[in-house]
Amino acid sequence: MRILSYGTRALLAEVSGLDQVARLHAALRRHPLPGVLELVPAARTLLIRYDRVLTDRTRLVAALGALDLRAVPPVEAETVVIPVRYQGEDLPEVARLSGLTVPQVIARHTAATYQVAFCGFAPGFAYLTGVDPALRVPRRTVPRTRVPAGAVALADEFTGVYPRESPGGWQLLGSTELTLWNPAADPPSLLTPGTAVRFRDVTADGAEP
Amino acid sequence: MTTDPATTARSVRVVHPGFGATVQDLGRPGHAALGVGLSGAVDRRSLRLANRLVGNHEHAAVIEAPLGGLVLDFDHHATVALTGAPCPARAGGREADMYAPVRLAPGERLTVGTATEGLRLYLAVRGGLDLPPVLGSRSTDTLAGLGPARLAAGDLLPVGGLADGWPAADFAPQRRLPAEPVLRILPGPREDWFTPEALVALCTQPYTVTDQNDRVGMRLAGPFLERARTGELPSEAAVPGALQVPPSGQPILFLADHPVTGGYPVIAAVHEDDLPQAAQTRPGQTVRFRW
Repeated sequence: MRILSYGTRALLAEVSGLDQVARLHAALRRHPLPGVLELVPAARTLLIRYDRVLTDRTRLVAALGALDLRAVPPVEAETVVIPVRYQGEDLPEVARLSGLTVPQVIARHTAATYQVAFCGFAPGFAYLTGVDPALRVPRRTVPRTRVPAGAVALADEFTGVYPRESPGGWQLLGSTELTLWNPAADPPSLLTPGTAVRFRDVTADGAEP
Repeated sequence: MTTDPATTARSVRVVHPGFGATVQDLGRPGHAALGVGLSGAVDRRSLRLANRLVGNHEHAAVIEAPLGGLVLDFDHHATVALTGAPCPARAGGREADMYAPVRLAPGERLTVGTATEGLRLYLAVRGGLDLPPVLGSRSTDTLAGLGPARLAAGDLLPVGGLADGWPAADFAPQRRLPAEPVLRILPGPREDWFTPEALVALCTQPYTVTDQNDRVGMRLAGPFLERARTGELPSEAAVPGALQVPPSGQPILFLADHPVTGGYPVIAAVHEDDLPQAAQTRPGQTVRFRW
């Protein structure tokens, strides 16, 4: 673990990858360090925002150095199942890029169990890891200015669902009617770091209500 | 309907919203892991002062008005305070001082002119603006699209009950804003992505604030910051005050509504105590950085 300074009230803990970030995040949630206000996981790092009245860099570095991430049990989270109509505009392109047929793309996307590595880009936008290596496709060369809420998409090592309408450059596989973002709920996002996720193919189900 | 002033709904009517005014408080900490940033006032010191001058809790919601220019009508006996960028103002026709509580009677109008220097005006109303909170905050996050809409002519802003006691001070003198602010910076987290020359260049010559300067961030123009390594940095979380450097070599200073995560390396972060000064710099002004 490498500890990087970040201004007067934060540190960035850098580890080797998503799995280590998840372990570090889980360890610090299970045993919170005094004075730590917020933890923000990302791809290789965990941002630790702290109250500079209650703690300081030296104390935090010592506490982080004493952690043994190998001893942290994996996070046990409930599994969220997301029903998807696989009728996305980029399905043929994803099939072409991966050398699979469209039904094979759908079969592989629904076969895997994913985990929310981190959120970002927009409120409630969760980066899901665990994508079948055959489905690792680059993002679109020209991003769309408008991707509808509920769009299920793929890019590089991640898959995800657009919680609200926004611009976006990921390859669109389909859409879900599940509400992923509700600011009146607690937590407002259905998908939080550590959540396990599966996709279920409902393309063939009856007409939409 | 009761006439008890404690239970009568009080409100402020927006006659002119200025130049993109928003409602802000101290923001919504604790949700960054869900992709929701802090937001809140860009100049947090001025927001807290405005609230203290009217006896509000420090986190009460106020109006943040770039360059001032507000016109508001009051339907109740109101106490307000103006802080931040100095603006000429009149309350019910009388001249109104900045950095001091100002009284208005029902039916009176507050007219705020254009800021003579600085960038962001803050207007607190005793009781706080009582718009529906989103994730615990009444702040407008312009990037994430959370919180109240930008103010528009005709808006009726309810006034709440977030006051406790009366302010101890009736004037808070302010130092004039510097023509060329000096902002203290701390290296990191990614200073090792840059050449030693870039780290020197950042502090030897001033940077000009470009016209791309909003609540999300401030694009700066000045010495080119050369990278020591190529390649992409995996996205990582950012904080307000981060100096992110895209391939153009020209830094962007992240402000209140900055993206929660970013993919360009952050060379340094502005000291949190100097962010209020940064928040008051206008396009065309220069700033200096000091390690």
